[in-house]
Amino acid sequence: MLKKLILAAPLAAMLAVPSVEAAEKIKVGIVLTLTTPASIMGKQMKAAYEVAYDHLGGKMGGKELELIFEDDGLKPNIGKQKTEKLVKKDKVDFLTGYIWSHVLGASAPVALKAGKIFVSANAGHSLYAGKKCHKNFFNAAWENSQNSMAMGTMLNQRGVKNLYILSLNYAAGKQMVAGVERTFKGNVVGKDLVPTSHKDWSAEIAKVKAAKPDGVFVFYPGSWGLAFFTQYKQAGLDKTTPLYSVFSVDGANLPVYQKRKMKHMIGTFNTMFWAPDLDNAVNKRFVADFAKKYKGQIPSHYAAQAYDSLMLIAAGVKAAGGDAKNTDAVRKGMEEADFGSVRGKIKFGKNHFPIQNFYARQVINKNGQWQLSVRQTVVEDHAPVMSNECKL
Amino acid sequence: MNYTLLAEQFFNGFQLGIILFLVAAGLTLIFGIMDLVNLAHGTLYMFGAFFASTLVAVTDSLVLGMILALPVMLAAGLLLEFSILRTLYERNHLDQVLATFGLILFFNELFLIVWGPEGTGINLPPYLTGTITLPGGITVPEYRMVIIASGLLVALLLYVLVSKTRVGMLIRAGASNREMVGALGINIKLLFTLVFGLGAVLAGFAGMIITPITQADSGMGESILILAFVVIVIGGIGSIKGAFIAAILTGLIDTMGRSFIDVALLQIMDTVAAETAGPAISSMMIYILMAIILAIKPSGLFPPKGA
Repeated sequence: MLKKLILAAPLAAMLAVPSVEAAEKIKVGIVLTLTTPASIMGKQMKAAYEVAYDHLGGKMGGKELELIFEDDGLKPNIGKQKTEKLVKKDKVDFLTGYIWSHVLGASAPVALKAGKIFVSANAGHSLYAGKKCHKNFFNAAWENSQNSMAMGTMLNQRGVKNLYILSLNYAAGKQMVAGVERTFKGNVVGKDLVPTSHKDWSAEIAKVKAAKPDGVFVFYPGSWGLAFFTQYKQAGLDKTTPLYSVFSVDGANLPVYQKRKMKHMIGTFNTMFWAPDLDNAVNKRFVADFAKKYKGQIPSHYAAQAYDSLMLIAAGVKAAGGDAKNTDAVRKGMEEADFGSVRGKIKFGKNHFPIQNFYARQVINKNGQWQLSVRQTVVEDHAPVMSNECKL
Repeated sequence: MNYTLLAEQFFNGFQLGIILFLVAAGLTLIFGIMDLVNLAHGTLYMFGAFFASTLVAVTDSLVLGMILALPVMLAAGLLLEFSILRTLYERNHLDQVLATFGLILFFNELFLIVWGPEGTGINLPPYLTGTITLPGGITVPEYRMVIIASGLLVALLLYVLVSKTRVGMLIRAGASNREMVGALGINIKLLFTLVFGLGAVLAGFAGMIITPITQADSGMGESILILAFVVIVIGGIGSIKGAFIAAILTGLIDTMGRSFIDVALLQIMDTVAAETAGPAISSMMIYILMAIILAIKPSGLFPPKGA
């Protein structure tokens, strides 16, 4: 009798444990910029996470899923505090979001130290793709210079011989320039990096006119883009010199350009790993449901990345049989990345950054709504250049 | 040397100088006469941009919208002075800096809530979107010429006001010796309110005429504020004439630096070094100018007499 009881106790305990766990929720902490002028992207990403939540049926690996959103206010110290709060107080299983490299730089170590899996949904910090790569760090977007490298290749394909480069004088701005110069084969006839406090390009635009390039490459995200593209037209350059941009014309700011009637943006080219009309079933469903959720808008690549981030986590949890605490099993599932991505297919390198195609996209006016449309594949299966510096 | 480019950059620098002057004129008067360090002066510039954007959209006319925005700016300036800044005159500079910095944060957030994160803007009417070709193949966007012309007109009006009228006399006297003006029985409080209102209108005007070029976004006032402080320090605090000359000088130096420093550096160093040093040095140019002028004339180019 006693012997039976001794045998039964651990059995009962074994039976009891999963039932307790089944009641536990899977918590995902999401840090985005939801205030400040940069909240245009953050709010789209929040909506995309919610679309992904709906598509997952509010569950991951058979367990109830809870998303906890936090605002970093575009400040590294606040991002770090919010990450600490999510880790210690909310006891989340995963961290994702993170739009800015400097916020990620301050926050990721907190999460990684606590043994959490961290998925960047935008910030493409080069260090994490190379020397600082970490077994629990994933990026569901890109590495900073990848997109502008694709741009350089696209410029070669389109026969641009003389290029003028304009960017912002800070870390990401310089990485964009380095990327395009790495692949562009023609002449760089001029280059200006302006300080971020800058909103008037009169001097630079006069230099562009004097240099007579056959293409201008720009990296002017957000409000810089709004101001720069306005002045580009006022100087009459829109009629003579085509604009090629990265991270400056996207689904988040096209509605603003349309509202301000900046018609010269139609027809301009940029590069990206994704577009709303990329032809696959997952993407079609995502784009349609996003519009229903968020002001009828067409999602931006930011939203696409957010969607894939949550789906990537879900794939990991599913592979681990719903046991989010089993980090090794979750990580293995995430590395395999067997899920329906808006990219069509997705795979990860050993540094946990996507190896992916980049496309040439053009701004079109379709049914009265300005949007980006895929023109051709520029590079296939592109991996960050610093991937082999990663010793995982 | 490309003389067309040089001439175009001269116009560009001059236009930047005009905008700087409009902001700095009010700042130098408020600082010089009222002894008030008003960090929120850039906020008034932002006021002008947003109010005019909305009024231009409502009236569907660039000129009408901007004209209507001027009295709105005056009212906003007077209200701000009457409700908050008036209590700061007796306090020391640190308190003033803290309080006006608070105003910056408050209004930036308020405008973000009201106008949304994408800000707002003004579209130029078709008759202003072209470019003017001057002799020698120099092309300048029409609207930039409008900025130069309207800025010079305002500068002229301000000159007449300050040097030819009784109010102007009091303003000059206030800049030289505030206590003495009060002791002579002048209502110094009223003078302060007037000066602040004038400063608000000038900064607001600068903000509205630049909006068709840069668009309006929350926080736009801070970058211009730093330059405006450089201008008033170079020009001599309290001097309108100093502000004008220093603003044009700053505008020209900044633009010329951005235009030609990288080319000049290529003559003396290799490409990589020049590309790194170029943007750094050109954004330092105006501060170097300030340091040189302060070393030679510690109270600026045109300090008000008796100050």
